[in-house]
Amino acid sequence: MSVASHTTRFTVNGRDVAVETAPMKRLLDVLREDLHLTGTKEGCGEGECGSCSVRMNGELVNSCLVPVLQAEGASIQTVEGLAIDGKLHPLQRAFLECGGAQCGMCTPGMLMAAIQLLTIHPHPTMAEIREGLAGNLCRCTGFTRIFESVVAAASGHPHLDEQTGHAR
Amino acid sequence: MRGNPNSHQLIAPGSLSAVLELLAAEPGEWTPIVGGTELMVAHAAGRLASRKLVSLWGIPDLRFITVNPDTVVLGAATTFRDLRHHTAIDTHLPLLAKAAGWVGSIANQSRATLGGNLVNGSPAADSTPTLLVYDAQIEIISVRGTRLVPYAEFHTGYKRNVLAPDELLYAVHLPLRFARHRQYLRKVGTRRAMAISKVALAATAVVEDRTIGEIRLAAASLAAFPTRLYQAESALAGQRVGPLSIQSARTALLAEARPIDDIRSTAEYRMRVAANLLEEFLKELQRAETAA
Repeated sequence: MSVASHTTRFTVNGRDVAVETAPMKRLLDVLREDLHLTGTKEGCGEGECGSCSVRMNGELVNSCLVPVLQAEGASIQTVEGLAIDGKLHPLQRAFLECGGAQCGMCTPGMLMAAIQLLTIHPHPTMAEIREGLAGNLCRCTGFTRIFESVVAAASGHPHLDEQTGHAR
Repeated sequence: MRGNPNSHQLIAPGSLSAVLELLAAEPGEWTPIVGGTELMVAHAAGRLASRKLVSLWGIPDLRFITVNPDTVVLGAATTFRDLRHHTAIDTHLPLLAKAAGWVGSIANQSRATLGGNLVNGSPAADSTPTLLVYDAQIEIISVRGTRLVPYAEFHTGYKRNVLAPDELLYAVHLPLRFARHRQYLRKVGTRRAMAISKVALAATAVVEDRTIGEIRLAAASLAAFPTRLYQAESALAGQRVGPLSIQSARTALLAEARPIDDIRSTAEYRMRVAANLLEEFLKELQRAETAA
């Protein structure tokens, strides 16, 4: 059996997109294959590792577990939406400066989870950082430098817009 | 082998009534999907049996929290994030707020739903012991109407429940009468975050004059589905909290528990830890009474 393609419309990083594909295709695959946004990574493919984290309507989701049909009308933010005109988001700068990224596989998801955290807790405690990033696994850094990156970003940039994740 | 998206139909009728009509027109043919934290995992692994799925995501009639004077009603598509961030849940149903925070990660909590947790029917489901000790009722809906079923009677076997093929879990009703109960909830897993339970125990109990009155005990992963521990409850009701009643409650729990061996733990470990959790709760009761 092969199902009919369906056109799903949503926005990615503020840009309107229309994708014609099987409704059960994972948002992760649509981002990478149809929209060529390969910043979002696949790790486990079962919602355990957080590598594919993106923001959907201001909430953090694992894009490997979202059938694209459910993104209809949604506002999706991926790691490609963080830098503006080549200027890195303050959180990206903090990851660079603090050594929060090594091999880079977990980094896009880690950044999106950290953005989500900072929109809710502009000045997170270490416990809040640990919980906010608990769904994102890193095999390189030992996490300490990632946590330090988030602390550094939070101290420099107190308020992120809940929807856009950018400084107000 | 990876699942093929072209092998599965997925539609989003957009309203509760349209979904119910679909289920009535082709009973048993359509599998409801909400946040996908279970079914999309099966899909990715190529073991999603359902060929026809109907999306409940984004249907407002299924995602609500209604606070009445004596009950809280939770729509089936209420996410665990919704539960964690609602002050009435935190205030009146603290064990449920705690359990909601156990569900996977933030990204899982923003998609996983209470109704999905129950219908999926994992014996380890995080929300379930809490709903049992809060005496939850399940509201079931179809084109034929609605009916209420005690949650303690919802599961009928491993991943089996009382839903007819044309029915949908609509809402969970929680009575607000546990304010004076001592409440307990603890989960044991391999690590603090993201781990699926090896075993979890929940309890609500009233203690007056050092004697246990109304008591409910429930566990995840001690049977093929989440269960009340009726024998342990009987061993404790009307008893004074102390070494004798603790010992008889442990014995009753070990007699009625039917855990399985699986990849997460062994039956023997689950039995011993569950009995220890029960003892921990009872010793908390004892200390509270001694202090009072």
